[in-house]
Parts: sequence; structure tokens; C-alpha cells
Amino acid sequence: MFMSETYRKIAGDGIWNNNIVFGQNLALCPLLAVTGTATNGLGMGLATLVVITASNGLISLTRHLIPSEIRIPIFVLLIAALVTLVDILMNAWAHELYKVLGLFIALIVTNCALLGRAEAFASKQSVKQALWDGFMMGLGFTLVLVALGAAREISSAGTIFANASLLLGESFKFLEITVIPNYKGFLLMALPPGGFIMLAFLIVGKRLIDQKLAQRKVQPAVISEAITE
Amino acid sequence: MKIDSATIQRLKEKVAVYREFLKNWLEPSNLARLRPKLEFQTGILAGFALLASVLLGVTNCSTEDTIQQRLNEDLIKSLEEVVPAALHDNDMLKDTLTVPSADFNIGAKETTVYLAKKAGKINAVCFKFIAPDGYSGAINMIMGVDRDGNILGVRVLSHRETPGLGDKIEVAKSDWILNFVGRSLDNLMPAQWAVKKDGGVFDQFAGATITPRKSVQAINRGLQLFKAHQAQLINP
Repeated sequence: MFMSETYRKIAGDGIWNNNIVFGQNLALCPLLAVTGTATNGLGMGLATLVVITASNGLISLTRHLIPSEIRIPIFVLLIAALVTLVDILMNAWAHELYKVLGLFIALIVTNCALLGRAEAFASKQSVKQALWDGFMMGLGFTLVLVALGAAREISSAGTIFANASLLLGESFKFLEITVIPNYKGFLLMALPPGGFIMLAFLIVGKRLIDQKLAQRKVQPAVISEAITE
Repeated sequence: MKIDSATIQRLKEKVAVYREFLKNWLEPSNLARLRPKLEFQTGILAGFALLASVLLGVTNCSTEDTIQQRLNEDLIKSLEEVVPAALHDNDMLKDTLTVPSADFNIGAKETTVYLAKKAGKINAVCFKFIAPDGYSGAINMIMGVDRDGNILGVRVLSHRETPGLGDKIEVAKSDWILNFVGRSLDNLMPAQWAVKKDGGVFDQFAGATITPRKSVQAINRGLQLFKAHQAQLINP
């Protein structure tokens, strides 16, 4: 196995069990603000992925220096500085990407999940585990953003990944698919209320799957009990 | 100062002492002892604040010029989108005039007009303007106008309109904005400068009326700004 038990658990937590949105119900502000389309969701997800990994690493690196009494102001300071740094550097050196992602970078400051991971994980674990946790949490967040964006885009405009080539370059033009041709459009799903409604459906879906999984685990145990009696 | 081997040796020893001290100080057990102390907490918070400000300050200073250059490149690119290359051979960023625009409700008290010259003759002008009353905030636009007041091109630079609906004003998402090419205050009646829903000639979008309506109105006001200063702008 290329991953130890701990790292596999971190990965599972980040992507499914303790997913930022589904598990912790955090980061709903940037989530609902940008998931009008799958492309925007992907952009926000990738930007968050980079920043949460970096902030987790930085906070884990300095965790022995940070007294618990003043940890929150220090975390906020570090995260805000990091986001601003990424914002400035991207504007200067990756300007084309910045023009597409710039909006999302500034929004990351409103993402309480970064502070949440700093507090709950990075400040207590080794740098390697903190980086891995940040990466997996970011990945889980990206998946939810893309899923929610895609669901809202299909129901509101009948397309999926429209304008993905603006974000990822011309070679990703194949992602742009019109799922329902001649779709009249359903405005509500593109607006914030549609975000809440679709998110509720996704959370219900996740809970149902979890329930099924739990039942499947329980059943064999019950059968063997019956046999021993 | 002369540097001999004895000085170097002494410096090396000093560095080793400091390194040893820092290493001991950074030991988790030592830090655990220091953390509850008030003076340590004050110092650490100040230290992090200092570190963050220095880092941001240095980054800002070292990237300021690059960012300005990138923004200029962006501006040139958008200027060239609204003024055909055949009409000018000058550096439009340097040939500018500033006209008062407070009366035209285009978001700025003064507007910088970029002059497109070929062989010294002004062929066209372009300027940025703002529709301050878009569906969700200001819509920033740029427009090129020829000597006679006909639109050469309009582009939206930035906006916050609803994705999938109002964002069809972007040329990347729809051809709508190209309909303005060739229009002027003379070849359309004032009442025709409106979306079709309001009795004009420009399309609105399904599900989004306010965005195109306010864009059309702002473009009209931009043309009025040009007309008010036409004489000054084309014969400076």
C-alpha cells in the first residue's frame, strides 16, 4: 500500500466523510456565490485548493510558536496575508489566469473552512499530514463545487462547463457540452436560492448513500448473530 | 577593514553559538514553557504581524511595476479591439485628452480619451465609460468612435451581472455587443436607442432585461459625451 492508514483516513475525511461542505457545513458563502456554472465552481475550487494547502502547511510549520490564547488572530493574519500574496503574485506573473480566477482569490478570505482546518487539524499535526489534509480538503471542496455548479448549470441553462475554455485554455473546449438542446432556461437555479435548493438535494443524496453504506455494514453482523443463536 | 583567517574563525564561532541558541530556543519543550507567558505572546503576535507586513510590502513593491505593465497591456489590447488597426499608427496610451464628463452619468467626473492617429491625423477616439446602474453594480465598458460619431466597437471590460444571463454582454459569450458597430446618434432616432422591449432596436436577453437596457443607455450617453466634445477631440 502506498499510503499508510493515517493518510488514507485523512484523504477519506477530506473527500467524503468530513467534507468541508457535506460534513462540516462550512464555506457556504463562497459556495453559493460562485456555483452558477460548473466552470466557475472549478475555478473557485482550484484556487481554494492551493490556498488551503499552503495555509495548512504554514500553520503546521509554526504551530509550536503559536500560543493557544492568541491562535485565532494569528491564523486570520496568516491566511489573509497568504491570500493577498497569492492575489498579488498571480496578478503580476500569471495575469491571464488572474483575469479569470482573480474574483475567486479575493473570495477565499471569506472561506471559514481555512480557519476551520487550521484550528482543527493543522495546528496539531505534522507539516506533512497538514499539507495532505489541506490538499484533500481542497479536493473535496472542488468536487462539491463542480458537482453543485454542474447541477445548477444543467437545470438553469441546459449546458455543462460552458466557457471552460476561457478558464483552462482552448484544448479543454471538449468539456463544453449542451446537455439539453433548445432548453428554455430555469432562472431560479442560477440565482442564489437555486444554490440553496440544489445544495439541499446534494446533501440529501450524500446522507442516503451514507445510510445505504451503513446498512450494508450492519447486515452481515446481524446474520451471524442469528446463526449463533 | 582587513579580514584575516582569525577574524573569519571568530565570526564562524559566533554564528555557531547563535545557531545553537536558536535551535535550543525553537525546541518544542522550550516553546511550550514560553507560550503561557504574556511577553512571549505579545512578541509573537507582533512578530507575525511584522512578518506579514514585510512580506506583503516587499511583494507589493517588487510587483507594482509588473502589474502596471500588465494593466497597460490589457488596456492596449482592449483599445485595439475597439479601434481597427488600420486607423492608427501611434501609441494611444500616450496621445490622450481629458474631458469633463460629470454631466453624462458614465461613472467618472473626468474621462481620459485615447486618440487614434494615423500620420498625425486623428481618425478615431476611444474612451472607457461605466454603466453605474447595471443589475448588480457597475458595468465597465470601452468604446471606439470615428470622427463622425459612428461606433467602431464597444466591449465590456468587467461586470458582475448574473452568470449565464446578463453576461451575454461579453463578446466571449455572445455577439450581442457587435450590434453597436456603425450605430451613431445620427443614424438612429433617440427613441430607437433602447432594447426592443422599450421600443428600440437592440435585443434584450431571455431572462435578463436590465443588463442590456442599462448597457444600451450607457453607450448612448457615451456617444453624447463624444458629441459634446467632438470639435475639441477631432481637432485638438
